[in-house]
Amino acid sequence: MLNVLIIGATSAIAEATARRYAARGARLFLVARDATRLADIATDLHVRGAVDVGHATLDVNRLDAHASVLDQAWTKLECVDVVLIAHGTLPDQGACEGSVETALAEFSTNGTATIALMTAIAPRLEAQRRGMLAVISSVAGDRGRQSNYLYGAAKAAVSTFASGLRQRLTKVGVNVLTIKPGFVDTPMTRNFRKGVLWAKPDGVARGIVRAADRGRSVVYLPGFWLPIMLIIRHIPEFIFKRIKL
Amino acid sequence: MARIGHSWGRYPQASHTLVNVIDRHQPLPALDRTMLPYGNGRSYGDSCLNDSGALLHTRELDHFISFDPESGELDCEAGLQLADILDLIVPQGWFLPVTPGTRFITVGGAIANDVHGKNHHRAGNFGRHVLELELLRSDGSRRVCSLTENPDWFAATIGGLGLTGLITRARIQLRRITGPWMSTEVHRFENLTGFFRLSERSDRDYEYTVAWIDCLASGSELGRGLFTRANHAPAHPDRRPVAPERRLRVPFTPPVSLINRLTLRSFNTLYYRRQRQPVAHTTTHYEPHFYPLDGILDWNRIYGPRGFMQYQCVVPPADAEHRIAQLLRTIAASGSGSFLAVLKQFGTLSSPGMLSFPRPGTTLALDFPNEGSRTLKLLDRLDQIVAEADGAVYPAKDARMSGSHFRQYFPAWASFRPFIDPRFSSSFWRRVME
Repeated sequence: MLNVLIIGATSAIAEATARRYAARGARLFLVARDATRLADIATDLHVRGAVDVGHATLDVNRLDAHASVLDQAWTKLECVDVVLIAHGTLPDQGACEGSVETALAEFSTNGTATIALMTAIAPRLEAQRRGMLAVISSVAGDRGRQSNYLYGAAKAAVSTFASGLRQRLTKVGVNVLTIKPGFVDTPMTRNFRKGVLWAKPDGVARGIVRAADRGRSVVYLPGFWLPIMLIIRHIPEFIFKRIKL
Repeated sequence: MARIGHSWGRYPQASHTLVNVIDRHQPLPALDRTMLPYGNGRSYGDSCLNDSGALLHTRELDHFISFDPESGELDCEAGLQLADILDLIVPQGWFLPVTPGTRFITVGGAIANDVHGKNHHRAGNFGRHVLELELLRSDGSRRVCSLTENPDWFAATIGGLGLTGLITRARIQLRRITGPWMSTEVHRFENLTGFFRLSERSDRDYEYTVAWIDCLASGSELGRGLFTRANHAPAHPDRRPVAPERRLRVPFTPPVSLINRLTLRSFNTLYYRRQRQPVAHTTTHYEPHFYPLDGILDWNRIYGPRGFMQYQCVVPPADAEHRIAQLLRTIAASGSGSFLAVLKQFGTLSSPGMLSFPRPGTTLALDFPNEGSRTLKLLDRLDQIVAEADGAVYPAKDARMSGSHFRQYFPAWASFRPFIDPRFSSSFWRRVME
């Protein structure tokens, strides 16, 4: 039996991933803010083959509520094979530049809250001496760009944190998977004009499940982002600061 | 934000505000313009368009609500695609009661167009198998509709072209099968009389019947083609082919239509001659049987940037052969036409829907590359024949029929009209009400 815990379960990528695990007959525990949608998704996953679907509501910015929700998940699933942290927002960079409050609130959702969750989850997986912690970071975290560097900075924090945590947990047989999607056509990016670089949530979900199955460390989704980001990371700063990205 | 969009026929183009519906429990958005539900955009003409208005995208209403593998009752949200349903139900021994030629349509679209399939003579329309649906109106009201509860709303919404409100969910009765395989027979027939003879002989013992015809053949070969009849195969057929893994995709829209007089005539002749023997028996997987074109993604691009027009009509049984011959002669004489020319006998089972298209008789469906006024004139000539025969044209495939023809084909339009949501409209409806 595969036991899967998903935080941010109403996000498009998380839902598509959950459907793939449901089709395998997994046991799921879903966590998200919106209780109604959570209940709809849980019912759907059950019909799609999940053996059992539990759920709990959580606003990830309520850091003091993390522990009790994780307790519920572990009580329900007993041993968790895969944890997927998938919550997130796409901040308006302009708004973050104009307001410290907005900037920090967005950083909290996309960075601090994720790090808090990973910190709380790590000892639980460590105690199991097995399992996988998959976290959705972003290609945006690979280098700060003027169009979304607040979001990028939060994701960079998540990626760096995940890298360190991976070194620590590998010793006890627990893997940490950093997922770096590129542009994905989801409700979060509804107002963007879509081009050839855009992927569908289900394609990204397929990549997540495959990477989790293979115990990978870092995965770019779709894979073509690996060479793109390799180039972007290596552009010298004196050139990079003059280009528009 | 306005977006230019089009339907599956890529004609006409329209400009829309797009709104995603993500939660069926929420009321409809308050907008300053009219709205129209939009599933997967597989209607061919303008019945899924709402030029200068808003489209309510339902692709995120794709949740199952319940499925009982004992009774075959399925409850799901209306944005769920038939393909997703099949993936779930076929391994559990169930199949769609009715399916059109593509599985990339939503449940809401199947109801709003009251779609039919190759088993119409046995199962009728999709709407007959809808046990219940929920209709959400712009005033915030919700109605559960069925044959016994709000039956008038049920009748208006089945085949109601999305105009009566948003269908949020539906409960459907599925059909039992023993496996994913089909036993099929393909019979070659020399002319139209051959088609009618085969149909008459097959409709009793075969659940699925349909014919491809060479719409360019004329004279003594007028209406020649290949007649396919099939049943779900027994549990363990000798051959058990699997679903094709890889799908092809038309990667871009060619600058001109690849379907023209030259390619069409050679293709049709080759396709007709493909089968040497008069009858061929095979066991196939259900996917290539029901959905041959789903194997080629974006196939509508082959018609080039101007797109194409589908034409599907039905003529009553009394003088069907004569009328179909008349239609085929008119098409053959024009030299225009398609390789997707399909002929089928509808059965006598009626639908609960007020504006449902299928009715007893013979249906002919073809697509024509859009050559502007030339194509429009040809289709007008076909309409005259259909109207004279007291037949009808299918709104889901139409982008050009006249308002007077529509009102003749669908006399229930006047009693349907009061059920339209005051905030809903479509390009199609405005056109045929002019």
